[in-house]
Amino acid sequence: MELFWYIVLVTMLAVYVILDGYDFGAGIIHLFFAKTEKDKKAITNAIGPFWDANEVWLIAAGGVLFFAFPTLYASSFSGFYLPLIMILWLLIFRAIGLELRGQIHNSMWETIWDKAFGIASLLLALFFGVALGNIVRGVNLGIVMEGVSTHEAHYFFLPLWNPTFSPQAEHLGILDWFTVLLGIIGVVSLAIHGANWIIFKTNSSLNNRLKNVIFTLNFVLLGLVIISLFVWHVIEPKPFHNFITNPWLWIFPIITFTGLLGLFKIKSFKKDGYGFLFSSLFLFGGLASTVASIFPKVLPSTNDVNPSLTIYNVAADEYGLNVGVYWFAIAVVLVAIYMTIQYKVFKGKMDDVGYGEH
Amino acid sequence: MEDMLFYDRMQFAFTITFHYLFPQLTMGLSLLIVYFKGKFLYNKVEKYNDAAKFWMKIFALNFAMGVVTGIPMEFQFGTNWAKFSELTGGIIGQTLAMEGMFSFFLESSFLGLFIFGEKLLGHKLHFVTGFLVFLGSWMSGYLIIATHSWMQHPVGYEILENGKFVLNNFGALFSNPWLLPSYLHNQLASLVTASFVVAAIGAFYLLNDKHHEFGRIFVKTGVIFGFISSVLVAVPTGDLTAKNVVKYQPATFAAMEGIFHTEKGGSEIVLIGQPNTLDKKLDNKIAVPNILSFLTYQNWDAEIKGLNEFDEKDHPTNIPGLYYAYHIMVGLGTIFIGILFFAVVQLFRKKLYKTKWILWSLVFLLPFPYIANTTGWYTAELGRQPWLVYNLLRTSEGASPTVSSGNTLFTLLGFIGLYLLLGMLFLILVGKMINKGPEPIKH
Repeated sequence: MELFWYIVLVTMLAVYVILDGYDFGAGIIHLFFAKTEKDKKAITNAIGPFWDANEVWLIAAGGVLFFAFPTLYASSFSGFYLPLIMILWLLIFRAIGLELRGQIHNSMWETIWDKAFGIASLLLALFFGVALGNIVRGVNLGIVMEGVSTHEAHYFFLPLWNPTFSPQAEHLGILDWFTVLLGIIGVVSLAIHGANWIIFKTNSSLNNRLKNVIFTLNFVLLGLVIISLFVWHVIEPKPFHNFITNPWLWIFPIITFTGLLGLFKIKSFKKDGYGFLFSSLFLFGGLASTVASIFPKVLPSTNDVNPSLTIYNVAADEYGLNVGVYWFAIAVVLVAIYMTIQYKVFKGKMDDVGYGEH
Repeated sequence: MEDMLFYDRMQFAFTITFHYLFPQLTMGLSLLIVYFKGKFLYNKVEKYNDAAKFWMKIFALNFAMGVVTGIPMEFQFGTNWAKFSELTGGIIGQTLAMEGMFSFFLESSFLGLFIFGEKLLGHKLHFVTGFLVFLGSWMSGYLIIATHSWMQHPVGYEILENGKFVLNNFGALFSNPWLLPSYLHNQLASLVTASFVVAAIGAFYLLNDKHHEFGRIFVKTGVIFGFISSVLVAVPTGDLTAKNVVKYQPATFAAMEGIFHTEKGGSEIVLIGQPNTLDKKLDNKIAVPNILSFLTYQNWDAEIKGLNEFDEKDHPTNIPGLYYAYHIMVGLGTIFIGILFFAVVQLFRKKLYKTKWILWSLVFLLPFPYIANTTGWYTAELGRQPWLVYNLLRTSEGASPTVSSGNTLFTLLGFIGLYLLLGMLFLILVGKMINKGPEPIKH
């Protein structure tokens, strides 16, 4: 049962990253590449009717984490206290940036909310990458000092950074060079992903320029991914251990690289949706490969005193996990129906949806 | 340690108080919007469709505020109440996860369709999307109150040796005797807020001599829905909720009513008075003898236990706060019924739109249902103290062990600043929408 809920949780997070990821990416593109009012309109039209429903995947994934793995939820949410609260604040700015911009027609007002939307999206992409970095790097569980736990074995607390910015320091911080590297990968990959979504959903004059942007950024992304693979051993000496014992797991890295390399053909795609498909493959494959590399750990311990958190020592009891399957199965069917309806109604190009025009 | 707990509690109290200003309107208002749209489908009078569209805009802004302030609530169980989450997550996580899966997806998918889809969908399907948004928001309320009810009156659990609460009966979460009265009480209270808001905007238009037709529709709808829901909030739902408190949390009930000592021969009901926790009595009280005993047990002489019968460490931690919260809620509820009764009488005499004092009252009463809802929740939450899970897990045992007070105060201050900004923006924008008014019918 633990394994079932773990797959559910990772899948939901992947769906969240793919869906809200294009919103963040659209925000980043909006910040750097949207020059004219028409460009900006095209971008907000492309995500306007969706962003709110996309954000629900985060809440729903949080709910599943809470109910299926309460100890992991408690440990990680209190341990990553500051960045999580900041993510909340950024989500608020992203939302009001989108929703309030069109309410008053005044150029200062519009500039403020454009920037709020763009900067919040950029920082959210960065933070989610950093979060993934923190999870694979691990934390000092139990806050061990001089060989002794100062707290219960599954609790910890991380400040935003430590003076050395090193992922191997004795006192870790949220931001170190490794987690920031993953954060930058997050920003670049979501910028590509968002650009793909805009191309897919609009006939904007931006689209041809965006194809060039995607092509260039994809080189940057490839470079960053290669660098990250070279330095990965710093945080995990045997990153391929799981892949060697379970060769079928190679499917995830293969998906990742299919998505990444496929995007180099962006300029010759026949359909506007293909680019989005490839960037989705990259995001899904990247996330799945990363969590598969540490499985069954979900939060590694960086000390020798306390054991890592695994899906088995953080899960709720058997009865609760079993009974959850029933309502979850019903809910998934309903969610699939809602999404089908939603994307059917808003299918095709969205240039005329009139988002933000009150 | 003490100040850690204090800031954790302040942050939760502040963020939930602010958050609940929005859902309490959206839950009630979604029903009224469905009513307007349904009425339009039935009588084809265009202005009801315009009314639905006008409130939809205000609804959308409220909904967005509710969403952005709601996500911090789910996160804070883990960030600030990690120990509580760890111990009870297997149970309350069920209902909270169900809320995400069953109601948030429903609401968010169809709200987009409801707002942007009128032309695409046609009126009938547009009505259906509105109804589904209403359904989602009321389901959300249901699952939250199911969670709340478990904390007030835990059922279907066992406690393991390591202190963890595990679920052993899923159905019990929903047949909890605390759930249904509280749920209906809360939803009707939310309808009271929405009705007062709709009536107040209508009265504002009438007194300002503009948008007359909409003014009359809003006042009429608000007054009728408001009167019915105000009465039902008190009887039977408020009454049944109070009886649950008497039955399952007698110490809480004593503190709510300001009963420091058990009285022989029936308890009086206190209308006004200040709890004096030093001398354990009420100062300057005005009370009516025996009424409380009758209301509680339908027996004029029934004995109601005072706080003296309970161990002091199990007394609610903030007795005056609890007492005032409860009395403000009940007092305001009574005033609502009174004013709306006159309004309904004038409506049936076809004089309401000319009765200035009632219209002015409706405008000025606008903030008070919000206060009544908030104090109602304070009654429930302060009443449960010093427990997180009643009689089983103390609030002091639930906070995050590794988050220091400096970090919590930092984020609390951040929330205060951010929410002040949100509140101001919200008021400016809603004020603008209201002042502009519904679209003119036809030119």
